[in-house]
Amino acid sequence: MITRLLTLVFLALIFPVSASASPPVSIVLRESCPPSFEKMPDGACKLVTLYGFYDSLQGAGLGGTQTSLPQYRDGFTPQQIDLGRYLFFDPVLSKDGSISCASCHHPDRGFSDDLPRSIGMGGEELHRAAPSLWNVAFLKKFFWDAHADTLEAQMLGPLYAPNEMGNTPNGLLASINSIPAYRVLFKKAYPQRKEESIVLDEIYQSLAGFQASLISLNSRYDRYAHGFHAALSENEVEGLNIFRSFVARCAECHTPPLFTNQQIAVIGAPEPEGMAIDVGAQKTFEEPRLKAGFKVPTLRNIDRTAPYMHSGRFDSLHAVAEFYNGGRGHAVPEGVDLQLHWHISSPELTDYELDRLVDFMGTLTDESLKPQIPQWLPSGLTPISHKSTTHTAIITTKSGESL
Amino acid sequence: MNAGKILGLILIFSAFAAGLVIGKNKSSAVAPIITAGSGGAAYESGFSAKDNELTLSGNSKSVAGPPMTDVVVVVNDGESIQAAVHKAEPGTTIQVMPGTYKETVYIDKDGIRLIGVIKEGNRAVLDGEGKLNDAILYSGNNIVVENFTITRYKGNGIMSQAGNNWEIRNNIIIDTGVYGIFPQLGQNGVIEHNVVSGIEDAAIYVGMSDNVHVAYNDVFDSVAGIEIENSRHAIVEANHVYNNTGGILAFITPGLPIKTTYDVIIRNNFIISNNHPNFAAPGSTVAGVPAGTGILVMAADDVVIEGNIIRDNKNIGILITDHAHAANITFDPESDPYSDGVKILNNTMINNGTDPIPEIKAFMLSELKMGNPDIASIGPSDDSCIINRHRYVTVGIKGFSECDFTNTNSIGNYLLPPVPPREIKSEDRGKIAYLGICAGCHAYTGRLIGPPVQIIQALYIDDPQGIADYIANPIKRRDDYPEMPPQNYLDEETRMAAAQYMLEVKN
Repeated sequence: MITRLLTLVFLALIFPVSASASPPVSIVLRESCPPSFEKMPDGACKLVTLYGFYDSLQGAGLGGTQTSLPQYRDGFTPQQIDLGRYLFFDPVLSKDGSISCASCHHPDRGFSDDLPRSIGMGGEELHRAAPSLWNVAFLKKFFWDAHADTLEAQMLGPLYAPNEMGNTPNGLLASINSIPAYRVLFKKAYPQRKEESIVLDEIYQSLAGFQASLISLNSRYDRYAHGFHAALSENEVEGLNIFRSFVARCAECHTPPLFTNQQIAVIGAPEPEGMAIDVGAQKTFEEPRLKAGFKVPTLRNIDRTAPYMHSGRFDSLHAVAEFYNGGRGHAVPEGVDLQLHWHISSPELTDYELDRLVDFMGTLTDESLKPQIPQWLPSGLTPISHKSTTHTAIITTKSGESL
Repeated sequence: MNAGKILGLILIFSAFAAGLVIGKNKSSAVAPIITAGSGGAAYESGFSAKDNELTLSGNSKSVAGPPMTDVVVVVNDGESIQAAVHKAEPGTTIQVMPGTYKETVYIDKDGIRLIGVIKEGNRAVLDGEGKLNDAILYSGNNIVVENFTITRYKGNGIMSQAGNNWEIRNNIIIDTGVYGIFPQLGQNGVIEHNVVSGIEDAAIYVGMSDNVHVAYNDVFDSVAGIEIENSRHAIVEANHVYNNTGGILAFITPGLPIKTTYDVIIRNNFIISNNHPNFAAPGSTVAGVPAGTGILVMAADDVVIEGNIIRDNKNIGILITDHAHAANITFDPESDPYSDGVKILNNTMINNGTDPIPEIKAFMLSELKMGNPDIASIGPSDDSCIINRHRYVTVGIKGFSECDFTNTNSIGNYLLPPVPPREIKSEDRGKIAYLGICAGCHAYTGRLIGPPVQIIQALYIDDPQGIADYIANPIKRRDDYPEMPPQNYLDEETRMAAAQYMLEVKN
């Protein structure tokens, strides 16, 4: 078996893939749901977590330790989710085949990258940091400035922005439809459909299904929350109590169980040196009071996603904690008028307390359901990123095809 | 609601329009409608009509239910309350003897009753010495906190994050920083007989909660006396609220994740001389409350104001306003900015509005009103009503109709019998635990972190107890797999149910 795989690896390396070539191995979509999902009689995968033991006020999914989750996206089939996994890691989704979703949302980097601001297709640095995708199934707003309401609407941004993946809807359709393996897989994932060709909504839905399977709810904090208090050390419990205290007030916006209340907050975090102030949600809502307002991010797996803040100004969680401790508005540039959030105060925490906060944030890490990066992609490209010249040949060949 | 900012252009326009209406009224010289406060129709809120059978009968305020067990633990002076909480099983009553306790007590379990023992006037004192953050912080259900003195904390006296069925009673809270008592994101709670003073925000702050009863509290020398924020089905009654900046506040803060405030009854309170200079932290919502405000309603709906004695509040007795007229307030497209359905029944109002803020003075002038204002409504307020309006000096309430009820006698309280935890059937319990935890490491077939479920099934045929015991205290059995972390945080029933489920799964 191993020998055979190795042979295939070599074959793939030696022979550049062409548009008409089959993928190096036959890819079969999974029929079972990802871990933590139950397969329902209709074939859809339903998320099941221990938070199902609890309720929350107004069903809002906000509160304390034993509080239910907010409404979430699930109900995708195993095949759709698995197909989404291939698409997610496939650079064929970008215009020049050089980057995939995973280039900026890498599973080994907390589904973010380790950059202050992400790098787009052409090597251009973008204006904001890549947010983690862990637990996106629970989000109601997407992007730092909250300008999209669904995963499907969100992905149009990076897919088609010229400085991100640079594709166009037609370009994307053309590339995916030209790959026979994808045609087979989409038929498996969408057995009911009548059209022969893959359509955009199927691509979007599969990607959404995969992203909605990125669940992180089994951290040491969660064990504490479910009642096993020895899951956290004394220092970490101390950190938890500072975190939720009304001096630090972290939990007022980073509210359990997701550690975000999904609201917009103007906190006055500094931009990196030399960068102009980002107006954030002001643009989304055409509302000056939301100038420099950004969506409150989840803190789950936060110690995996440095650097921090919307434009990556801070390298460490300690630096972030220091920022919040630095006094209301201390980092707002001269002459800039911001309506800072009412919980941005001057808590005057000690260094010891800041260290405990960092200890506590470290307990929010759980990557046990990290999906596997596919070994092979239907496109024949190397998962995540592909810099060789073979793929450009494919794209060129494909571009002539019509749908 | 900064004194300098309350007046917007909208106000000028609406006042101008209102002035025209006044002119007409004067010429027709309508006699006042006099409504007796007793004997009339009773107000019924949507909640009471629908869920009346659920509310507690009589005067009982026992929402935490009887103690779940008869275990009582005593903490003596010099010992740690937190140590007792640590050891306590859910249902334990912890009696704290008089003495001084310098600690933060946090309760992340259910059914803990923290009861101070008062001996000849001496109490258990929680003293933060100006160094500790919060005195008591809980997230469990059915929590009772009684009879403490709490002082010199930097954050809150008593706060919660979630937790239903709470009772906070007979505590003295002096100078604890931001909030004296702050339940948040919970349902069904009682706050009564507390004495709270010297708080830089709200002495009693009910935030994002449902079914709350705030009664018989003595609340003074704080910025806000009692605040009902982004909450529903709340009654604030028979409190003594004096010498705060603002007395009783019902409002929506935009930008919070729970967006509404409605169905609030403010009745039979003594709201006296709330003229304290505002000493709130800059940027806080209450930093904008003008000193001398008796009752403030901002963006809350269906607020009933009845039977209060509102006296000597120099700005105004009752101020009804919206988000547009408030400073320090962010923008939230998902929260309705207007105070609709306000119902002002009979209140005893004496000597208010002797020194109103300039914006209210200007508003008065625009309506050609003289005298010291008792009631002002600024901004739209649909479906609002009032009785006996002729008794007061009012401004901006032309749109208020006559209420067709005179009292809230049919509503005793909005409390519920203890809200039960979500009922989880045993088979669901097993499934939830299996999929929520076990499946993260064990696939049905094939290797994840632990061995495949098929192999486990073969090893433990008909022996779920064997699995349940093993996972509570795993030992390393296989060289080719990492040692399993103990799952003893799951209770026995859940471990057993998960084991049974694991033996039955087929894919």
